[in-house]
This record gives sequence, C-alpha cells and structure tokens, in this order.
Amino acid sequence: MNITKNTEAERLNFWERMYLPEIARGLGLTFRQMFKPSFVRQYPEEKWEPTGSYRGRPVLVAEGNDERCVACGLCARVCPALAIQVQASETLDLSKERFPVLFEINMLRCIYCGFCEEVCPEEAIIMSKDYELVFKSQKEAILGKEQLRVPVEQLQDRLEFLRQYR
Amino acid sequence: MPNIYIDGKKVEAKDGQTIIEAAFQNGINIPHFCWHPELSVSGNCRMCLVEVGMPKKFADGSIERDENGHFVVGYFPKLQIACSTQISDNMHVKTVSENAVKAQESVSEFILINHPLDCPICDEAGQCKLQEYAFNHSRGESRFEETKNHNVKRVSWGPNVIFDGERCITCSRCIRFSNEVANQEVLTFAQRGDKVTIQLFEGTQLDNPYSMNVIDICPVGALTSKDFRFKSRVWDMSFNESICNSCGKGCNIKVGVRNNEVLRIEPRPNHYVNNHWMCDYGRLNPIDKINEKRVLSPMVKVNGKLSDTTWDNAISTAIEKLKKFKPSEVMFVGSAFATNEDNYLYSKFVKTVFKSHNLDSFVYINESFADKKLRVSDKTPNSTGMKEIYGNTNTHGVEISLLKEKIDHHNIKAIYIIDDNFASKTDFIPYLDKLELVIVHSSNHNAVTDRAHIVFALSNFAENEGTITNINKRVQHFAPALTTKENLRFMGMKMSRLDKFGANNDRWTNHDTRDTKAIWSVIQKIANSFNANWSFSSVKDVFEDLTHHIESFKGMTYNSLKEYQGLVLGKGTNPDKKVKNYESHYMKP
Repeated sequence: MNITKNTEAERLNFWERMYLPEIARGLGLTFRQMFKPSFVRQYPEEKWEPTGSYRGRPVLVAEGNDERCVACGLCARVCPALAIQVQASETLDLSKERFPVLFEINMLRCIYCGFCEEVCPEEAIIMSKDYELVFKSQKEAILGKEQLRVPVEQLQDRLEFLRQYR
Repeated sequence: MPNIYIDGKKVEAKDGQTIIEAAFQNGINIPHFCWHPELSVSGNCRMCLVEVGMPKKFADGSIERDENGHFVVGYFPKLQIACSTQISDNMHVKTVSENAVKAQESVSEFILINHPLDCPICDEAGQCKLQEYAFNHSRGESRFEETKNHNVKRVSWGPNVIFDGERCITCSRCIRFSNEVANQEVLTFAQRGDKVTIQLFEGTQLDNPYSMNVIDICPVGALTSKDFRFKSRVWDMSFNESICNSCGKGCNIKVGVRNNEVLRIEPRPNHYVNNHWMCDYGRLNPIDKINEKRVLSPMVKVNGKLSDTTWDNAISTAIEKLKKFKPSEVMFVGSAFATNEDNYLYSKFVKTVFKSHNLDSFVYINESFADKKLRVSDKTPNSTGMKEIYGNTNTHGVEISLLKEKIDHHNIKAIYIIDDNFASKTDFIPYLDKLELVIVHSSNHNAVTDRAHIVFALSNFAENEGTITNINKRVQHFAPALTTKENLRFMGMKMSRLDKFGANNDRWTNHDTRDTKAIWSVIQKIANSFNANWSFSSVKDVFEDLTHHIESFKGMTYNSLKEYQGLVLGKGTNPDKKVKNYESHYMKP
C-alpha cells in the first residue's frame, strides 16, 4: 500500500502553525494593495475605448446617404453562424448596380468572428468598437439596415487597422 | 463505328461526330464555352483546344506499330479545337497533356482580359461557367495590368432579357440560339477585335416566346432575366425538380425557391420532351400564382361569410352536407390540372363510393398559344392522364356542357370542384349562386372561392408530389419545392443552407407555411366517412393502387419514373433509352 502522510501538521512549519503571524502577514498584503495604483474601472460610468483591433458589433460603412454595400451576399455566405441575411435590389445609377434592400444581422447568432469583414470586397461591413449589446427580446436583436449603418468617420480606427494588418 | 483514343482511353464514337461530342457521350469533359449540343458549332471561344494525332503510316498505307504492337502516333504540331474537329478511326486525342492544358489556360486568360472581375455583384456568380473554369482551367492569377475595356451595360434586349456588354465573352450562343432554335434573327456581332460586342439589329427586339433560354445558355452573367435580376444569390436557393403545368407539353423544370417563395423557374433537360428549352410563359406565369393571393387554410361559409377553420371541421362539414344530397344531384367537376393520383382517387370516390355518374371536366384549348416548338394548344398539364383515368364511363352522367341547363332545372343541386381554374370559365360563375352547396379545392382566391360554401386550400404543383401525363402520353413525376404544413417533413426535398439551419427566431423561417393539402388526402377522408376504408398513407401508395387498376399505367413506379425521366403510357416496363443530359453550367451545391 502506498500511503503518504499529508496532514496539516506535516505541511506547515512552526510559525505557520502559530496562526496569528500568518493573519498579520495576510492583512499586510491587503493593506499594501490599498496604496498601489488601482486597475479597476468604474465600468458603466467610465467606459472603455477599445483599439482598432477590437472586434465588436459588425456594422455597415455609410458614406453620406449611401452605404458601400453592394449586397453581394458573400458575408451571408461565409457567416458560420448564419447571422446575416441580405437581399439585393437594382440601383438606378450604373456604377454601383446593386444595393441591399434588406440587410439584417441577428446579434443572437453573431459570434464576432469577423469573417464577414474579411470576405467583403467593398470594405462595407466592418467590426466596430461597439460592445454594449443589450436586447429586450429576440426580435429586437435582429438589427436592420438603419441600425447597422455607421458613418465612415466614426470607423477610422478600424479601417486604419485593416489597411495596416490585413 | 470508328474507335478513337481520348487520353489513352479507347472510346467508341459514331461517324461524323466531333471530338467533343464523342468525349461528352463517354463522360469526358473537355472545357468549352461556345459549344452546345443543340446548337451549331461556331468554334470561336477556342477553349476546347486539344492535341490531336493520327497513327503514322508507311508509304504502302499500312499502319506503323512499335515493338509492343502499339500505334506510333504523330501529333499535329498545332492544337485543334475539339468542337469542330471531326473524328476519324484511330484518332488520338490528348485533353490534359501539357500542351493542351497550357493552351486552355492561355485561352482562359485571354477571355478574362476584358471580363470585369466583379463576381460579387454579378447575378451569374455561383453558377457561372467562366467562374468555374477560372478555378479549374486557368493560371489562377491575372497578369493583365492595363485598364480593361468598357462596354455597354444594362441594355434591354426585349421584354425579359437584359444585356451587359462588359461581361459578355462573345461565345455567340445567344445568337445561334435565337437564329436556330427560336427562329428569330435579330442578334449579331458588331465591331472587331477586343471591341467586339453583340447587338440587336436596329428596330428589333429579342421578344420571341423562347427568349429567356439565352439567359440559361449564356456561360457568363452577360444576359440576365428582368424578372429575377438581383433578387437572390443562387446559393441561397434550392432547386427542386418539377414539371411545368402551363400547357400540355410537360416541360421538365427546376423550381428555384428561397425562404419558401418561388423566385425562378428554369428548364431541366429531357431529351424526350423539351430538350434544353422552355417558353417564357412557363417561366414567368406560374410564379405569381404560386406566391400570391393564396388560400392559406380551409374555409367554411358561416352565416354567408367565409371564415378560416380547421381541416377536421371543414372536412366534416363537407361530409355532413354531401350526405344530404342524392348521388345524381351532385355534379363532380374533375380537373386536368390535378395529378394522375388526385384524379384517380377522385374518380374512384365518385364512381365506387358516392356512386354518381356526374363526373366531367372542362377542356382548356387555346389555339393561339400553340406553336411548332414546345407550346401546345392544350393549356392543361394532365388532360391525357385524366382522360385515361376517367375512361369513357360518362354516358349516364351529366356532361359539363349540359351543366347550366341542369342547374336551371334543379337537377343538379350541389357541385364539387377540384378544378383550380374554374374561375376562368366566367359564364359558369353566376350559376354557382343557384346551387345549395359548392365545394371547391382551390389554391388561389378567385370568383369561385367567393361563392363557395366550403373551400379546401389546395397545394399547387410546387407544393405537391405526383405524376402528370403530357399530351405525348409521357407520365412524369414531380416533387414538391415548397413546404406546407402537410409536407413539412417531405423526404428528399432539396433544401438550401438557410432552410436547413434556420431556427424559430430567424426571420427567414417566419415565412407563411401554408395549411394546404393535396386533393387525394382530402378525398380519402371524405370517402372513408362513406365507408370506403382506404388507407393510403402517401401519394406513392395512391400511385401504386393506380398502376394496379389502370392498364396503361402498369409497371410504373416513382423510382422508374424518376430514373427514366418519365415513361410512356402502356410502356411502363419498356422505357425509352436513357439519354445523357448535357447541362452547360449550374449551381453546384
């Protein structure tokens, strides 16, 4: 039989077994931390600003009144979670040819993998810094085109990041 | 029968065949854009370049052989195009040799020089021959750094077709189709060199009844349908095999569906019926009828107003009311739009269970619809099958031509209609008001359903399974493309990725699933209340029963109908020879 003794008396040395000195040591650590700089963020009041590399909620890049999206449907095709649904229609001007009449992302399905951004030929869908996503119902979590459109000026960090590292 | 050797494989060919035809018949695919088995050879895409050689001969004409007895082949120094090189005995062809592959890749690169790389916005993407070949038969990257040629875009060629000059690779399939098959000579090449484009002659339009076939045969996205353009990506759609029900020809079709909505109908090759083509009417006309103004659930008239009800309630009301009438007082209107199975069970119910002789149906003949190609004057898909099943037993009953008179004289007090198109017989509609009971199976809301006492929501051909018999007596099977509450778990239905993985909270699954039923399942319930004791669990069972009772259908099964693409009446065990179908390009799942 392979019996090893591992009682408390065996593990602890004399001073540790005395108990009180250890209490003092532990409190000492606690009090030292109080005077060190704090890393805690007062979250709801104090918000965190992610860097360009952060993959938050995917958004559609809007330039003026138009979005860049040509409704090619590649993001919907590549999406491993089937979160994106796109329906195209024909534009009046010839240069762009098509635009999305319907663009929906089901945020309950989205896994923030960024494949949609990677596959997009127009740099029209990119990951934003938006990480605060709260919904009251399943229906509300399906974001339509109007909720997804974000002006290009607000997305400069991410676009810059993509230009550098993609 | 000359023998030729393709990539070292001995292949039997027929005299006068070209290399590409012989290869196709033997399952060897030589890349090509402009060649189409039903069109003349133009040989202008140069994609099918292959190495061709003949055995060397001595001066006395005898064939030179090496020490193993093999031919000593002398290959021609220049490559030949397989689509216009006729075979001769002992010809040797290399389709994947180094030279041939290099040539094919170069041609592919040439074609791609002025082809815009905008697959993401092109409607053909996903089922494009050029896209496919760019993967399989090209270098994989472009060396062309100069600016591409620009050309006309979005030019209307006619009521249904739009042309995009930039995407065109000038294979001339559309020109040859409209000249040779549709017999409308309006298209031609214009300009030269890299400016070459396809144009209509001045003042003409591509408006023949078969114009939309050019969209299918176009190997790129240069020709698109005005109706379908940009509506959906092909990979979001499912394509189920069906039969066109717009006329008696019974063209084989594929029904393109996204989110339980029919978006597009396109032909499916069948050598014995429609070859590769179908008419524009058959493509466009059924779509609205399937998607719009549908009867979504059964309805019963209560206090003069139709209201939705359950199937059990509607059927029991129908039974209760039918039992109040003598068999001779009820007129049964059959339908040449319904399937063989539906008509079979209907006539069986009328003749053996309800014991009435009053079974007749309308004919829908429109001479102006017919032409010498595919369209026929009989506008019903299943008149041949219906006549075969009903037989000539209507001698004692009321004929449809006498119906108005009999209603006026109160000989007929009730009517049971399975004819979905009854509303088009406008002169009969006022007579429905005079009847005590009108039961109708209808897929769409129309003048007849307004006057009916009981409306059974009917699955139409896109939601149904069954067989129909075309005017050439060919029995063909079709499968459902749309889900209803009845066929929600239909085995073998092709589904798109969205259909397969949709959850309850996805918006695309929240399309209306119609509560419609096929005629036979309703008739069976009614008949069983008249002590018929039928126990058909599926339409397949009904068909099996049909083949046992009706001589000309003997020996047919759904499997054999699918395998041989339809069987001719009376030849259930003697099918037509199978023909290898050519499909130029299609969505690969």
